[in-house]
Amino acid sequence: MRPLTEAETRAVFEKLGRYIGENIQLLVERPDGTYCFRLHRDRVYYVSEKLLKGAASIPRGSLVALGTCFGKFTKTQKFRLNVTALDFLAPYAKYKVWVKPGSEQSFLYGNHVLKSGLGRITENTAQYQGVVVYSMADVPLGFGVAAKSTQDCRKVDPMAIVVFHQADVGEYVRSEDTLT
Amino acid sequence: MGRKLDPLREKRGPGRKARKQRGAEVELARFLPHGKSKYSRGGAAGAGGDDCEEPVQQIVLYKTSVLFFIPRGGLSEDDSEEEEEEEEEEEEEDEETSTHKTGQKEEEGKDLQLNLDIDEEFKLPTNDLLVGYHSLMIFLPNEPLDLHIIHQRIKGNMEVLQDFRVKREEGRTRQEYLALLRRDMAAYYSYSDFLLKKLMDIFPLPELINFLEANEVPRPVTIRTNTLKTRRRDLAQALINRGVNLDPLGKWSKTGLVIYDSSVPIGATPEYLAGHYMLQGASSLLPVMALAPQENERILDMCCAPGGKTSYIAQLMKNTGMILANDSNAERLRSVVGNLHRLGVTNAVVSNCDGRQFPKVLGGFDRVLLDAPCSGTGVISKDPAVKTNKDEKDILRCAHLQKELLLSAIDSVNAASETGGYVVYCTCSITVEENEWVVDYALKKRNVRLVATGLDFGKEGFTRFKDRRFHPSLKHTRRFYPHTHNMDGFFIAKFKKFSNAVPKAQKAASPSAGPETVVEPQPKKKKLEDTQIAQEQKKNKPALKKRRSLQGQRRPLKAVPRSFQKPHAQVLARKKHKVKQNGQ
Repeated sequence: MRPLTEAETRAVFEKLGRYIGENIQLLVERPDGTYCFRLHRDRVYYVSEKLLKGAASIPRGSLVALGTCFGKFTKTQKFRLNVTALDFLAPYAKYKVWVKPGSEQSFLYGNHVLKSGLGRITENTAQYQGVVVYSMADVPLGFGVAAKSTQDCRKVDPMAIVVFHQADVGEYVRSEDTLT
Repeated sequence: MGRKLDPLREKRGPGRKARKQRGAEVELARFLPHGKSKYSRGGAAGAGGDDCEEPVQQIVLYKTSVLFFIPRGGLSEDDSEEEEEEEEEEEEEDEETSTHKTGQKEEEGKDLQLNLDIDEEFKLPTNDLLVGYHSLMIFLPNEPLDLHIIHQRIKGNMEVLQDFRVKREEGRTRQEYLALLRRDMAAYYSYSDFLLKKLMDIFPLPELINFLEANEVPRPVTIRTNTLKTRRRDLAQALINRGVNLDPLGKWSKTGLVIYDSSVPIGATPEYLAGHYMLQGASSLLPVMALAPQENERILDMCCAPGGKTSYIAQLMKNTGMILANDSNAERLRSVVGNLHRLGVTNAVVSNCDGRQFPKVLGGFDRVLLDAPCSGTGVISKDPAVKTNKDEKDILRCAHLQKELLLSAIDSVNAASETGGYVVYCTCSITVEENEWVVDYALKKRNVRLVATGLDFGKEGFTRFKDRRFHPSLKHTRRFYPHTHNMDGFFIAKFKKFSNAVPKAQKAASPSAGPETVVEPQPKKKKLEDTQIAQEQKKNKPALKKRRSLQGQRRPLKAVPRSFQKPHAQVLARKKHKVKQNGQ
C-alpha cells in the first residue's frame, strides 16, 4: 500500500473527471475528514485517513482491501474504473441516463443501452461523454459512455446503441472473483 | 398412484403386520408436532380437528399400506390428496374401522401393546448381538417397509420411555429401550450414531424428535435491509412490486424481512445488486445485535466470510469508526469484498490472517465478534452432510480451535475502552463441547465475565451438562434451535472484559469475578510460572499459545497509535495490574 505517484494520480483523476467533472473536488475535500487514494496490489482504494492508520499495521501480504476500491491499473498503466466506484460516481455524476424498467435487466447482464430502452437522458450530453446509468426509480445501475449526443439520440432508430456499457452492478454476481 | 400400486399390494395383503402398524400411524399423526411433517400430512389435509378422527384414521390407514412401496421422501402433497379422494371406495376392512369407534383411551392402550409386540420382536436380536441394524434387515424383505416399521417403532418406543414405570416391559432396562430408539432414529433420519448420541444428551426425547423433524425442513429465506442505502418500507414496496411475497421478520428485528415466495430470483433482483439488502439467515442477525456496536468504535470481526454480519455491523455504526474484517480463507474473502462494496460499506478493512495471531497483528479493539468455525450441527437443514460426516475428533478439533480463537479474541479487546470492552462468541453448532465448554474455558483463563446478550428470547445455556458443571453465569448465554425459533441452531455468548491483565491467579482475586468455578488455589507468581511450565510439558501447544498471547497483549498497548487509544486509561489499568500482583 502506497500513495499514488504523480502520473498515477493524473490517470485516476482524468478518468474520474469524465464522469463527475469538477466534482472531484468534493471527493477529495470532504467535511467529515480527510480522504485519500492509496494503491495496493495495482488497485486504487479511496480511504479515510482514520481507516488508513488502522490498516497500517496489517502486513502487506495479508491486507486484502480497505475502504472502497475505485478501480485498477492495467499492466500498461492505464486506469480502469470498477463498478465498486459507483457509490461515489452516482451522487456527483454530471450526465445521467435513465433506462426503462424493461431493459434494466438487459443492462444488468452486461449489454449496451439501446435507444428503445432509453428512458431519459441529461440535456446537452456530448458524444463519448461518461454517463452514469440509473433505473427509472433512480437506483444507480452502472456507468458507461454516451455513444450518441442527446441531439442524435432523438433521430436514431430504436435498435441503435445509445450508451456503451462499461460497468454494471450485475458484476457483483457475474464476476465476484475478479472484482477486486 | 394408489391404484397403480395395487398388484404389488396383493402380494402382501393387509395381513397381521399391517393391522398392527395401523394403530401406530394414527398415533403418529397426533404425535408429530408440525403439520408439515411428511407423515402427518395426510391427517392435516384430511381433517380439521378432533371430531373428524375417523377420516383421518382411514387416510392414514390407507397410507400405511401404500407406504410400503414408496421410498422415504417420495410421498408428495399431491399423492396424499389423491389418496384422500380414493379413500371413500377404499373401505377394505370393516371390522377395523369399527374398532376405531371405541374409546380413545382403550385404543391407545391397544396400540401400546401392539407396539410393544413389535419392540419385542426386534429387540431380542439387537440386544444379544451387537450386529444391530443388520440383524433387523434379515427380517424384512425390502427397504421401504423397513423404514416404515422403524418409524412406528420409534414412536412406540417413545411412548414407553415417557411413562417408563407403567408401560415398560418386565425385565427390560431403560438402556435397552434407548439403544433401540437410537439405532432406529439413526436409520430413519440417517444420522451417525455418534451425532445422535450427542443430540440425545442435549434434548429430552420429545424435543429431539421435533429437532430432527425440523432439520428435514428448510428454514425460511430471510433478508436484511441495508439501512445505509434504503429503508425497510421502501425495500418491501420495491420487492412487492417485483412479485415477492414477504413479511417483517419479527418484533425483535427492525431490518429483517421473511420471503415466503418470489416470482424472481431473490439473489439477483436489481435491488439486490444495488445493495439494498443482503440475503442472511435470521440467526446471524442475533450476534450482531448482541454485540451492539456503537458509532466511531474499532471493531474486529474475526471470521467474517461471507460478510453478512460485518455489513450489519457497519450498518449499525453508520459507516463510522473502523471494522477489521478478517478471515483465514482467502477464497471466501472474495465474497466478503464483493458484499461490502455492494452494500456500500466504506469503513471496513479486509485482511487475511489466521485469527489466532490476532493480538499480534492488531489489538486494542472496542468490540470483537467471533463467529467461530464449527461443526455446523445447528445448520443440518442447510448441509445434511453433517449428519454423518462428523465424529468425536472433529468436534474436539473444532472446540480446540475455538478455544484458541476465543482467547485471542479476548486478548485483542481493550478492557479500558470507554464504550466497549465486549466480546461476542457465537457458533452455528449446538453441541456443548463447542459452546459452553469453550466459554467456560475462557472464563477460567482470562479476566472476563459473561453479561446478558440483550436478546429477550432464546434458551439459556447449560450450567450443568451430564457430569460437567459450568460457571453459573452461563445462564446469560443464549441457545437458538430450529424447532423452537424456526431459525438455524445457534449459540451466543457475550463477554465483558474487565481487565487487560492475563494471569490466571488474578481472576479469583478480583472482586467482580464473584464466586468462581476456578478451584485452583491462588499460586504466587513463581508458582504460577512453575505450573505453566508443567502445563507446557503436558500440552505443549496451548501453553505456548498462551505465552504468545501474553506477549501479544503487551505489544499493542505500545504499538497502537495514540489516536486510537486513551493512554491514560491504559496506564491506569497497567498500574492496577501491578498493584494486584504485588498484593499477592
